[in-house]
Amino acid sequence: MSTETGRAGERTLFGHSWRRIVLYLVLIGMGAFYLIPIETGLMTSIISPETYSGNFPYLPPLEPLVPGTGELSIEPWRGAIDGLGQGLVNSVILVVPATILSGLLGSMAAFGLTTISWRGQIGIYILFVAGIFIPYQAVLVPLTQFWYNVVPLRAAFEPLAALPLVETYHWKLLALIITHTAYGLPICTLLFRAHYKKLSDEMVEAAQLDGASVATIYRRIILPLSIPMFAVVFIYQFTQIWNDLLFALTIVQFGDAAVVTQDLVGIGVSQSGTNFPLRMAAALLAALPTLLVYIFFGDKFAKGVAA
Amino acid sequence: MRNPLTILRQRLEDHREVRADGGTATEAGSILDRDSVRSAPFWLPPFLLIGLFIYGAIIWNIVLSLTDFQGLGSPDYSALDFENYVIAFVGGTPSWSELTVSPVWNAAWNTVVLMVSFSVVCLAVGLVMAILVDQEIRFENTFRTIYLLPMSLSFVVTAKFWLYMYNVETGLVNIILGAVGVGPIEIVQNPDLKLAAVAFALIWQFSGYAMIVYLAGLRAIPTSHFEAARVDGASTIRMYWRVIIPQLRTATVSALVVLTVFSLKAFDFLFSMYGGYQPGPSADILATRMVREAYANGNWAYGSAIAVLLFIMALAIVAPYIYTQYQRGEL
Repeated sequence: MSTETGRAGERTLFGHSWRRIVLYLVLIGMGAFYLIPIETGLMTSIISPETYSGNFPYLPPLEPLVPGTGELSIEPWRGAIDGLGQGLVNSVILVVPATILSGLLGSMAAFGLTTISWRGQIGIYILFVAGIFIPYQAVLVPLTQFWYNVVPLRAAFEPLAALPLVETYHWKLLALIITHTAYGLPICTLLFRAHYKKLSDEMVEAAQLDGASVATIYRRIILPLSIPMFAVVFIYQFTQIWNDLLFALTIVQFGDAAVVTQDLVGIGVSQSGTNFPLRMAAALLAALPTLLVYIFFGDKFAKGVAA
Repeated sequence: MRNPLTILRQRLEDHREVRADGGTATEAGSILDRDSVRSAPFWLPPFLLIGLFIYGAIIWNIVLSLTDFQGLGSPDYSALDFENYVIAFVGGTPSWSELTVSPVWNAAWNTVVLMVSFSVVCLAVGLVMAILVDQEIRFENTFRTIYLLPMSLSFVVTAKFWLYMYNVETGLVNIILGAVGVGPIEIVQNPDLKLAAVAFALIWQFSGYAMIVYLAGLRAIPTSHFEAARVDGASTIRMYWRVIIPQLRTATVSALVVLTVFSLKAFDFLFSMYGGYQPGPSADILATRMVREAYANGNWAYGSAIAVLLFIMALAIVAPYIYTQYQRGEL
């Protein structure tokens, strides 16, 4: 919707109206506001901690060319990889299955509650939607009780630890995968339902009349048409689960199964003060997977959050 | 693959037979032929999963909040009472502790202040930016990508960035303040500024979200409304105020609900900013108080009671929203 006037006689600079110039300046200024904390972090993360002075956190390390900016070094990033390595591995073990499971189950639920229409399904669906808005605090103590005192998951994992690549502490990650799948389901179902409502009924009706079973309709018609939505859902879920701290804090609590957000909380602080280059490198390293996903699939991410 | 329309036509020619078939299925047919049952393999397993983990856990949490569960061991469900709620409202020394426990009013007040200031400013910034981005600008996608970028970050990461920005000696905020002759000011540990600092960082993270929602709302308004207003000779600002903004009510409500719920979840941010369970009284919200009582102090039942209060707050915001969505047939 243009409000660009461009009326004859309006004052201009190099053929652009002043109004347009101010508009772009504001837009660029806002862009700077959103980018500067990240830019400052990035610049600080490549300063060698010994030469870090903190006088110009937003400048790249250009010593000895520009005094006071510190020397270029990859030491903070090396330290971040050391400090977060185990957490990154655990986060990957957690996020991949949890994302796929919640997406797949969400698509199935939306199919059963949308494409196949029956009376009363809206009531069930409302319970799904309401689940999106539950503050996690309202379920934390029961979840901790459930995973630590009700389900003998730990005992089940002890014999499995003899297998290669399986450790006893992985039981916590499995508990976290199931929990995240359950809590991701509502938003996944909502996204898929919005998509399925837009699909034309013709094909499904024709297939039904042809005697196709519900499972065939899903596999042959709905699933192939869901692929663009799977991209949106997977990106959204990946970001949500990767970024979560609260569930990890209350289900993993501490120890070898800690995920990357847990490790990030305490990194870069010691008796001798705060190591800002290390801390910024760690923050960026922890954010890197979601940042990359966002930069490459930003349009799909926007679709997911706008829904 | 056969053309579905051909199949449909064939079946329609056979109309009577199909209908008789369908009739049998609904009237005398077994319950197994119903669509709800035939599609059950798809919706029932996910439904059981959320039934157990979300709704089962909520009910269990309510029951736990009525016990005296504290410290190690397991909860005793034989004596249920509302003691924890009395403590939450008026404070005092509960039967399960020798120490005095303070009520939750302070955290509740901070929660409301954070929720309202964060949501309102986010919406205002988002609206203005959506209107600016909607002026047929060049590089629209680039601007949008930048504005939404912080949203892809974790609360934990955002907190680390802003902890650095706010730092007294090396933070950019204080460097800028110093350039205009103010400060340096202690921000993160300053009781007067803490909550504002948290709200500001969260606005940085989520105003892009409000912009995306408003932009979608603006794009849904027919061009003719913009043109009609202009033909009337209305100024741009008047046009937006009178004609366009009133049409963004749906966008406002849905963004508001999501943002409020985000602010209820600000726990991750505060935990990361203050490196643990102690943000201090002036930045303590119900979300942090609940987790601290349960996981740091071992007051599980009391934590559950605070969680119930938080749940009721969320419900009060979300239930009317879902109800109106349902009435409009938008679910």
